[in-house]
Amino acid sequence: MPVPHTAFEPEARTNHALRAYLHGLPGVDEVGARARAQDLSTRSIKTTAKANAIDLAISMVDLTTLEGADTPGKVRSLCAKAALPDPTDRTVPRVGAVCVYPDMVATAVGALQGTGIGVASVATAFPSGRAPMEVKLADTRRAVADGASEIDMVIDRGAFLSGDYRKVFDEIVAVKEACGDAHLKVILETGELVTYDNVRRASHLAIQAGGDFIKTSTGKVSPAATLPVTLVMLEAVRDHHAATGRHVGVKPAGGIRTTKDAIRNLVLVNETAGPDWLTPDLFRIGASSLLNDLLMQRTRLSTGTYPGPDYYTQD
Amino acid sequence: MIFEYAPAPESRSVVSLRETYDLFIDGEFTPARSGDHLTVLNPADETELARVAVAGEADVDRAVTAARRAHETVWSRMSGAERGKYLFRIARIIQERSRELAVLESMDNGKPVKETRDVDLPLVAAHFFYYAGWADKLAHAGFGPDPKPLGVAAQVIPWNFPLLMLAWKIAPALATGNTVVLKPAETTPLTALVFAQICQEADLPPGVVNILTGAGETGRALVGHPGTDKVAFTGSTEVGRQIARAVAGTDKRLTLELGGKGANIVYDDAALDQAVEGVVSGIFFNQGHVCCAGSRLLVQESVADEFLPRLKERIAKLRLGDPLDKNTDIGAINSAAQLERVRELTATADEENVERWSPACELPEHGYWFAPTVLTGVSQAHRVAREEIFGPVLSVLTFRTPEEAVAKANNTPYGLSAGVWTEKGSRMLWTAERLRAGVIWSNTFNKFDPTSPFGGYKESGYGREGGRHGLEAYLG
Amino acid sequence: MAERRGTKKSRKNTDTTGGAGAEGADGGTARDGTTEPRPPARLAVRKTYKLYLGGAFPRSESGRSYPVASADGTHLANASLASRKDARDAVTAARKAFGGWSGRTAYNRGQILYRVAEVMEGRREQFAAQIADAQGLPRAQADRIVSAAVDRWVYYAGWTDKFAQVLGGANPVSGPFYNHSAPEPTGVVAVFAPQDAPLLGLTSVIAPVIATGNTAVVVTSERAPLAAIDLAEVLATSDLPGGVVNLLTGRAEEIGPHLASHADVNALDLAGAGGLAVEFERAAATTLTRVLRPGPGGGDGEEAWLDTDPGTSRMTPFLETKTVWHPVGV
Repeated sequence: MPVPHTAFEPEARTNHALRAYLHGLPGVDEVGARARAQDLSTRSIKTTAKANAIDLAISMVDLTTLEGADTPGKVRSLCAKAALPDPTDRTVPRVGAVCVYPDMVATAVGALQGTGIGVASVATAFPSGRAPMEVKLADTRRAVADGASEIDMVIDRGAFLSGDYRKVFDEIVAVKEACGDAHLKVILETGELVTYDNVRRASHLAIQAGGDFIKTSTGKVSPAATLPVTLVMLEAVRDHHAATGRHVGVKPAGGIRTTKDAIRNLVLVNETAGPDWLTPDLFRIGASSLLNDLLMQRTRLSTGTYPGPDYYTQD
Repeated sequence: MIFEYAPAPESRSVVSLRETYDLFIDGEFTPARSGDHLTVLNPADETELARVAVAGEADVDRAVTAARRAHETVWSRMSGAERGKYLFRIARIIQERSRELAVLESMDNGKPVKETRDVDLPLVAAHFFYYAGWADKLAHAGFGPDPKPLGVAAQVIPWNFPLLMLAWKIAPALATGNTVVLKPAETTPLTALVFAQICQEADLPPGVVNILTGAGETGRALVGHPGTDKVAFTGSTEVGRQIARAVAGTDKRLTLELGGKGANIVYDDAALDQAVEGVVSGIFFNQGHVCCAGSRLLVQESVADEFLPRLKERIAKLRLGDPLDKNTDIGAINSAAQLERVRELTATADEENVERWSPACELPEHGYWFAPTVLTGVSQAHRVAREEIFGPVLSVLTFRTPEEAVAKANNTPYGLSAGVWTEKGSRMLWTAERLRAGVIWSNTFNKFDPTSPFGGYKESGYGREGGRHGLEAYLG
Repeated sequence: MAERRGTKKSRKNTDTTGGAGAEGADGGTARDGTTEPRPPARLAVRKTYKLYLGGAFPRSESGRSYPVASADGTHLANASLASRKDARDAVTAARKAFGGWSGRTAYNRGQILYRVAEVMEGRREQFAAQIADAQGLPRAQADRIVSAAVDRWVYYAGWTDKFAQVLGGANPVSGPFYNHSAPEPTGVVAVFAPQDAPLLGLTSVIAPVIATGNTAVVVTSERAPLAAIDLAEVLATSDLPGGVVNLLTGRAEEIGPHLASHADVNALDLAGAGGLAVEFERAAATTLTRVLRPGPGGGDGEEAWLDTDPGTSRMTPFLETKTVWHPVGV
């Protein structure tokens, strides 16, 4: 269990106090944040650096399927891919985790037995979060009971945007408690928060409430994980670490499809939060199609020839 | 896991250098009468790039004569629309050859190719594009119904943005119907010589643009030549004074864009991460070889303890090294002489017990290099707070009230640029209104645009370059 | 022109000779001297012409004065002969006034300049007589010049809140930034007023300088300085803050070099500097002081300044363009 991380003990946890804290954080200038992200995205990562980055990125992928049409078969197939991303090349590292809906947790846990790969489950009435609290908690407990080692919860964006920070905070605390030993990733759904000021505030709110990771998006709302959003979230965990010594992870999810996107994220991590965060323990990328692109680029680098998509499994 | 960026050098193969370059007079490359040459070095490794001719008085006279003839016979007689089309054509060729020019500029100047590629070259092309469109609209520019060109402009430019300064000088002069004789800086003449080739490629009439390479003597001869109607100079305040003195008593018009000691004011309510970025780009962009650099950080005392560690952490991430590496943030100091000046002025800080900090930073063995440096505990009285260092050296001062910030910011003979960082709009405007400087960047820094007038107050010079305002210097 | 050095006491106006100037009907002295002397019905009270510095009317710190004669050579009065130190004090006063004056709203500056016109209009007689004497003009022509001078204040009163819009504006930069340029006063302007146009010429060079928010140190016409001091009285009673305009009567040759090289002077208007202009421009180079060179021509007296629409040409040389950037974002 993580140590207590918050100055906001229940009796002090008023909307007034939370607002004073969150609105006292330095603002984020949108244009400046975008410019910084853009500047870092021009880093040129080549040859050995690229090879290392690709393997690092693969190890950080939360290989995800979150569709209404998911079946146990599809989940098992995904798990096989997670454990052995490229059957023709055993030097490819395994992914960070497999991410599924709660009802698929048991299937995934079974399929991943012995691989060392954990199962992450979205919970709390993902993706909208619109369900009674007891349902969200039951959702969480059931996923953990089925073997999920990581829970990706969504915050109540409606409450956040209306200034009811206490409700958001309390829900995170309650879900964290329901997680038991499982790690909690708090999805901010930044596409609905709209401003970078809100992203920063929601990040700190989630961190203060005990989230182990802060995650950009459900993947169901556009825009999802843009570079500036990830930048602002990395700044939040960096600042929290500087203030308390505690490391909180970051997970961009949604819209990261190419090796270039992934490497840009790694550069962002490297030059914002710092090399400490360049580990699957503190940085994950929520994605599905990204993995194949990473594998193709890996082949391209090692063989010098361009691969075709038909040589990589798609499902 | 350590994520080391592998070297990512931009290819030099896009650049084909000649061994020697002649002067560009009347549309042709022609040897200097003196036969003298100077050697141009790559400041990053001190290798020889080329030898260029040194123009003497006779060459200046030839160039001015050619420019005068071109003005009288062709350029002032051409319709504005046609003049504009030449400039559009030049803008397009610059875009087409932008990678070549970016790499060459980086080799000649020492600045990171990331900057020449993403800042210098796009701005150069945009500047020609912008003024091209003015050429047939001068009657609408607010300088009377029928504004006339002055004639021949003598233009002398510095080494910090060689091609961009050329664009700032030549584009408005040509758009308004003037012809030019331009002298690039002694240490960075190469892109100007490629520009001469571009003029040929664009079929620009001979004599409209003349490029004379050389050093201070060439510049003096050009500025002092009685046959020009206009002098435009960008460079040091000291040389600016000499030029103003030389031009006194003549009918020549004069614009000067000189030094600066820009203040970057960070209030305690600033967006700190963006302020850190702005302070970093304010002083380390182009190795601090920027007249409008934010070389004095004025940070509000109540946030200084939070701000400075962030700033240093960020500076420690700057990547210094090969200017042609696409990941390089800090390139080489342009010349041995400039390096000496940066060292000398920074050393006065040591003598004056100012605290000096640089990140752990390995400097290449060859070439001219200076690590990013932060001086803290600086007061207004210190030399490093008063004199322009023109290098990657930031002086940090603190203030308590807005009045104090403005007073300190203005307490300098210069007045080119200033920065203001606050999330409070009224305070930003209050501060901007009181700062005596030609360009105020609020919540940003070192931004340039062809539509945006640039130039200084006080000893930073007079006249504006860019925008509609930039036409005034070339119209009678 | 002779210089007089003396104490306040010795310069007291106790004589009954000399020109009538602006004081109105004289008690009993005729200019041609043909009338028999007789005791005046009332002795006219003459004016002591002093400097105008920081809103006050001090004598030159040097205690010097010099005689001023009319166009036909008649002695009119003694004017203060300003010294280097007076010039220095004038720059100090102008600098002190700059913050407040440039900080006034443009509307307020316009109101005050218009007030100058109003007050001047009420003293038309005085000004007409003064320049008729000084320039030897027929009265009708003097009236015309005075009218033009009054109208010039009205003209520039109207400019105060317009030049920023005419000369500035929004710049459509390529990026998410609000960017605008606006003109600002450069600071303290040393004005060398036209030598042969002591009222309209003087007004034409002072009004644009202060309309734009600058403050001025003016070296008046040496030969014909009296109208300038009359104008100072108008300025002093028109709500113009002290120090915005400072008038030095005396020799450009003597005080000019100190003004031209003064590091706290931001600009020079060399309209009346004549043969000294080049020397002054050279001196100005030391601190990059802005210079408005004398125009072509000259020697046409007040007539040369009759153009009713001088435009922005005497304002722009004393304006700095400030460009402000700000990001546009949420």
